[in-house]
Amino acid sequence: MKYIPATAAITARHRARSLHKLAAGAAVAALAVTAAACGGSSQSSGPSQAAAHKGGTFTILANAAFGVADPAQNYTLEEWQLLIDTHDGLVQWLRVGGVSGTKLVPDLATSIPTPTDGGKTYLFHIRRGIKFSNGQVLKPSDFVRTLERQFTVPGPTSFYSGIVGASKCSTKGCDLSQGVVANDTSYTLTFHLTAPDPEFLDKLGLPFAYVVPASTSLKLTGNNVPPGTGPYMWQSYDPNKQAVLVRNPFFHVWNAAAQPPGNPNEIIEKYGLTVSDEVTAVENGQADEVFDGDVIPADRLNELNSPKFASQVHVNPLTADWYFALNTKVPPFNNVLARQAINYAANRTAYVKIGGGPSLAVPTCQILPPNFPGYKPYCPYTAGTNHTKWTAPDLAKARQLVQQSHTAGMKVVVNTDIPDKALGEQMVSDLNAIGYKASLQALSGSIQYPFVQNSNNIGKWNVAWSAWYQDYPAPSDFLNVLLGCGSIHPRSDASPNIAEFCAPSIQAQMNHAEGLGETNPAAANSLWAVVDHEVTNQAPWVDLYNPKQIDFLSSQVHGYQWNPQWYILIDQLWVK
Amino acid sequence: MAAVLEQPGTAATHGPEITGRSPWALAARQLWRNRIAMASLVLFLLIVAVCLAAPLYAHYVAHDNPFATNLTGTTIVNGKRVPLLQQGGGVLRLGETPVGPTWDLRHYFLGADSLGRDVAGRVLYGGRTSLEIGIGSAVICCAIATVIALVAGFIGGITDSLLSRIMDVIWAFPVYLLAISISTVLLTAPNGLQVGPLHLVATSLWLPTLIIAFIYVPYVYRPVRGQVLSVARREFAEAAIAQGASNLRLIFSDILPNVVSVVIVLLPLMIATTILTESALSFLSIGVQPPNASWGTIINDGQDLLYTRPWVAIAPGIMIVLTVLALNVLGDGVRDALDPRAKLRVEG
Repeated sequence: MKYIPATAAITARHRARSLHKLAAGAAVAALAVTAAACGGSSQSSGPSQAAAHKGGTFTILANAAFGVADPAQNYTLEEWQLLIDTHDGLVQWLRVGGVSGTKLVPDLATSIPTPTDGGKTYLFHIRRGIKFSNGQVLKPSDFVRTLERQFTVPGPTSFYSGIVGASKCSTKGCDLSQGVVANDTSYTLTFHLTAPDPEFLDKLGLPFAYVVPASTSLKLTGNNVPPGTGPYMWQSYDPNKQAVLVRNPFFHVWNAAAQPPGNPNEIIEKYGLTVSDEVTAVENGQADEVFDGDVIPADRLNELNSPKFASQVHVNPLTADWYFALNTKVPPFNNVLARQAINYAANRTAYVKIGGGPSLAVPTCQILPPNFPGYKPYCPYTAGTNHTKWTAPDLAKARQLVQQSHTAGMKVVVNTDIPDKALGEQMVSDLNAIGYKASLQALSGSIQYPFVQNSNNIGKWNVAWSAWYQDYPAPSDFLNVLLGCGSIHPRSDASPNIAEFCAPSIQAQMNHAEGLGETNPAAANSLWAVVDHEVTNQAPWVDLYNPKQIDFLSSQVHGYQWNPQWYILIDQLWVK
Repeated sequence: MAAVLEQPGTAATHGPEITGRSPWALAARQLWRNRIAMASLVLFLLIVAVCLAAPLYAHYVAHDNPFATNLTGTTIVNGKRVPLLQQGGGVLRLGETPVGPTWDLRHYFLGADSLGRDVAGRVLYGGRTSLEIGIGSAVICCAIATVIALVAGFIGGITDSLLSRIMDVIWAFPVYLLAISISTVLLTAPNGLQVGPLHLVATSLWLPTLIIAFIYVPYVYRPVRGQVLSVARREFAEAAIAQGASNLRLIFSDILPNVVSVVIVLLPLMIATTILTESALSFLSIGVQPPNASWGTIINDGQDLLYTRPWVAIAPGIMIVLTVLALNVLGDGVRDALDPRAKLRVEG
């Protein structure tokens, strides 16, 4: 998504992989249970108050646009935060702030089905009487074209590669008639998968699966966003100027838990200002939101500490990791002792300072982020005896491990992208402090991520910076996607297991946890926690910190909600 | 362009008081008498000397390593030990602000940057890099351009046309656009520059040096070629040909000494230009790569601290201004000394 600089993760995130039931946390499920099966109730304020919040224009300032707007291709949080207001899928995450927002609820489907045929078939009943923003009536067959566009339009197709017939699809053509069976009479839609996929419902909640009319071209629509069914529609999108969303005249509320009516009459996202100027404009009330909160300059951050802006600044933890992957294929980090050594040596306080300080980053040693299914605090690589929290580096232990590994004095290349070279410079200092001869290799943002993923370059770097933000709340989205044996794709620019870490015994536990999640989520989460700790012990990464997100809003904005899946809920804000 | 100079030692219509002095001696005396130019020379040499003393400052005065990150370090301010980076205030406590100038040479004289490094030490080390690249690229540029101009101007015909058109093609690109394009490809690529056995990694200072030298070759080539064309048709050249002098001798013994003054006039101006170009590229992160620093990279480091710690950007900015100003004034002085007719035109 957007928070990974430039092209990072766009092409590579999800490769074909065997996934099983999403192991959402029991606590999360309990909190969300009231809205789980709802069909039309709104969790928002009463009608008169809700009506009072409607109207006005909400203006977002972003440094740059999000590229091509076709929802079949775009993989940025920047557009997704708008697409959830203009389009719908079969299912949706509960549109509220807090942990309840990790719960899937039916959207254009009347209910969430239980898979049959051993987890390979999903039968959805589609709501009737819903229209696209062009007035066209929604039909189940529209979903077939939507899914086929996933393969004919270049994009991250692997989310849906488990659908029967998908393997034969390409940008030249796609026929999913066997895998996605629509009945426009009975208003049903049946998915047939080649293998059980416990995360299939989550994938259907992503904007890639948001329905567009069957008449939509199989080719890329560029910056013309096809009509959707949400409360807003795209009036215009010019990447050099702005995007404008206005109310969809055909929208009516069918399940406010999934798609509530929006408050502003118009949502405008303007492009081109520097982030510093965005801050100034919002401070002055000339706009309502700084989109680029994660890159506000240090100077301006200091300004936002003023009590004057206390009610306008919102800081929320992200389920994300910033880390350095260690190349496990070449010396010195093909030696687990050397990997553990740099984990002990990494001065995470320094990395946190680079990340904006303790208010914006929390040091970590493990793969899974806090507030995530399967998370149990664990940090073996810290000074002191408390192994649940990082406190300080242990250089003595690190140097001892370097000696034991017989890797002292080896040359180490630290690879980062240019915007994050400060992290690389700190890593160079940490490595040199324990006896390596480290140097920095800073590549342009568009090159770095594909470069370190491709095994052809495996001998050209030893430590590579990366960052990962959840696609949806499942432990496999971190552990299996980033450190599973199946995520190594030789000679490909899309091989997300950068460290090329593959431990067969741990992989077997991951596979077991995925299978267990379908029947016993609690047991699955416990097993994921074990996997997380075992992977951490093997040290394929130097995990640095879990970042937080800043949202800076103007003083006239109210109704702020933070959803763990979509972050700020733009349409639920109201402008006074 | 610069006018033709008399060949050293040839007859000239000078007044009696300078009889017997070579044009070079005359030029040196002229330059010596130009107080502003000499002050600029002294300033430039002072900057060079201070920058060369960077390791001494870091080791014996500041006692730190301006290339190593020091985010959790401390320093002394007004007798008190304080952290180099301080967390923001208020309720939210967002961000980390580095310590500002202490004006104490021993303790972060100009403050720290966002990685806790001594700005004063980095400015001195950065100056070494900027000067190395600036002088190196200007010298390489002038040398290559002179050789090509000698060949083109002396041989003439198709050779001249071909070389001149190649130069025109390079000239046709806006200079910064060309520099940015080449730098983006070479300096941010994993392999740097690899041509046969020649391999320069992206962190090598030779890469920005060669890139900057390359883009300015046409700018030196043109005036030098014009001078070569002029000199090659002078009587002494024809006399040498009549005496059976070889082409190489003609080029290097007769023509080169008569065009080298043009190059000397251009050299300080080119150094100023290449220092500016290096700074611009480094500011855009496509010049000098870490762990090296230059004035441009330090300004880049300081751009996010302009409100609270402006000295991080101002200090290298001042150094660039002083250096370029000194070189430009010195260049004018050299031109006045070596090309008096140009001066007469300006004054007349």
